[in-house]
Amino acid sequence: MSILINKSTRVVCQGITGKAGEFHSKNCLEYGTQLVAGVTPGKGGQEVLGLPVFDTVAEAVEKQGVDASMIFVPPAFTADAILESVDAGIRTVVAITEGVPVVDMVRVYDVIRDADVHLIGPNCPGVITADECKIGIMPGYIHKKGSVGVMSRSGTLTYEAVWQLSEVGLGQTTCVGLGGDPIVGTSFIDLLKMFQEDDETEAIMMIGEIGGSAEEEAAAFVKEHVTKPVAAFIAGRTAPPGKRMGHAGAIISGGKGTAAEKIAALEEANIEVAESPADMGTAIERAIAKAK
Amino acid sequence: MKIHEFQAKHLLRDAQIAVPDSHVARTAEEASAAFGKLGGPFAVVKAQIHAGGRGKGTIKSNPEQHGVQLVRSAAEAAEVAGNLLGNRLVTIQTGAEGQTVNQVLVEAGCEIDRELYLGIVIDRSCGLPVLMVSSEGGMNIEEVAAKTPELIFKESFDPDAGLKPYQVRKLCYRLNITGKSVRSADAFMRAMCRVFVDLDCSLAEINPLVLTKAGDMIALDAKINFDDNALFRHPQIVELRDVNEEDPAEVRAAEADLSYVQLEGNIGCLVNGAGLAMSTMDLIKLHGGEPANFLDVGGSAQVEQVTEAFRILLADKNVKAVLVNIFGGIMRCTTIANALVAAYKQVGFNVPLVVRLEGTEVEEGRRILAESDVDILAASDLTDAANKVVAALG
Repeated sequence: MSILINKSTRVVCQGITGKAGEFHSKNCLEYGTQLVAGVTPGKGGQEVLGLPVFDTVAEAVEKQGVDASMIFVPPAFTADAILESVDAGIRTVVAITEGVPVVDMVRVYDVIRDADVHLIGPNCPGVITADECKIGIMPGYIHKKGSVGVMSRSGTLTYEAVWQLSEVGLGQTTCVGLGGDPIVGTSFIDLLKMFQEDDETEAIMMIGEIGGSAEEEAAAFVKEHVTKPVAAFIAGRTAPPGKRMGHAGAIISGGKGTAAEKIAALEEANIEVAESPADMGTAIERAIAKAK
Repeated sequence: MKIHEFQAKHLLRDAQIAVPDSHVARTAEEASAAFGKLGGPFAVVKAQIHAGGRGKGTIKSNPEQHGVQLVRSAAEAAEVAGNLLGNRLVTIQTGAEGQTVNQVLVEAGCEIDRELYLGIVIDRSCGLPVLMVSSEGGMNIEEVAAKTPELIFKESFDPDAGLKPYQVRKLCYRLNITGKSVRSADAFMRAMCRVFVDLDCSLAEINPLVLTKAGDMIALDAKINFDDNALFRHPQIVELRDVNEEDPAEVRAAEADLSYVQLEGNIGCLVNGAGLAMSTMDLIKLHGGEPANFLDVGGSAQVEQVTEAFRILLADKNVKAVLVNIFGGIMRCTTIANALVAAYKQVGFNVPLVVRLEGTEVEEGRRILAESDVDILAASDLTDAANKVVAALG
């Protein structure tokens, strides 16, 4: 098993006629993802990469049968695209787009809070289940099938972690980029629940960063509910307060959201914390060894 | 994006939120005239810079002069404005160099009964905007939160429905606001929440929020920050930007679509991806160095962008060595290696450059660097890169 997506997941790309949408759709198809349709309002009836393009997500669902969507539409239209997917009954929505206004996400979050929907992102690299399905912009080939579940607020730092895991001979089940914005659809806790229940996942790698308190909340959850070994890395020990470090959500505000607070909470929950970003692969090895 | 207090007060006034009468002055004469126009027995002259802590802050060349001062005559208004304008104001938020005061706000004084606090932010945990108020007005709210969190009261609200009247009554009860002031608080608080949503703010803070002796609620200070991601739908807000208040290197980087934050160390770094860029700073520190900046070149590092990034790094006189850390994903290491070589030649490097490449087509990328005629120290992994760049400082 894996979480969220697998080889039978049927995917629609919203914004497939755009440059990024088409480029990454092609990469996903090459990876083996069952991408079965595209949606761009006003361009229904066209074909991109041999796939039918529809005006609405509802039509794509009806004609092609779709379980998940991958969103590449511009930031001003992303919230609407997410809601359209949810309305069409899609249960896994992956929003790659960076730059979505926070208030738009407040409105989206209000809809998905109690709905049976997994929204990943926005401002994220996407989700990949190794050798089965890739929905996103990550380089597929670095992922090796295995037993570690990976969840992260970052993009390239996740690739770095996956690379290190593969180097030490540890493959992955599913890798999820949560997104770098203040409000994202899925939390570390949501994923911890899924990884804990997933038979194939034997250990969990968590990559956090400054800003907010998602890591502290995850640490408290791990202490109570997670029996599998967990390792973590937190980016931004040297980040100055009050400055946005690239990601809209990566900011220490009002003295809150520092790396030191997060690391203390993680260590308190007996999570193996990598001190150096070069040490993420070995941290998960240590966590696994400690659990034995 | 940040704006000045006087700009924030304009926006509040447009939304029918009570603020004192005031005029902006850019010369001592204008300040004198402003005092006259206000017509009261006293006024307050306030330096307009983006940083907080202005009241306690002082002018660098004249430590007797604070950033906010009560004045009782047109002549005194002119004198204080003269002391502030064109000089650097140092506050706890500006750093030692301070920030130049280019305008002052001359504001009518008011009869203060109580000083309160009001702030609105997005609560990331519940995914909603939240209004916070406190009886401890005029204080640093972070200190209040740390020492006496029981004096801060919060109500979250739906962005479309806004703050409900019963929520205002609850907050008034907590703050001991009674009688006709409740009506004033209702108008004030609910309008503030509307402004926060309508203008896509990331922070709206009134500190102090004042109850006058007449029982009215009025904004004595106003600080509004905006969600950069939403500026595309607020062209009138974008016009309020004051680049004089921003770090020149950060402004230049933003123009080249680079994400850059100036720090105080001596090792410049150029990285792809925000998380990896932060981690690279951490790595440098862990190995005994000090990062000079955060720089994310993004996912599509083109020659022009890398060149501009190098120029920005080298323009910082503190920078004594540069570390490039790239994880090639969809963007291949070969593309980046070629961009690095081309940029290196264009820029004319005068400090050691350490490059760590990993990921897609890394072998070929490393070969391009090795076979080029540029003087690059190649690193085999992250730790090696950190050690090499710290050693290169000499």
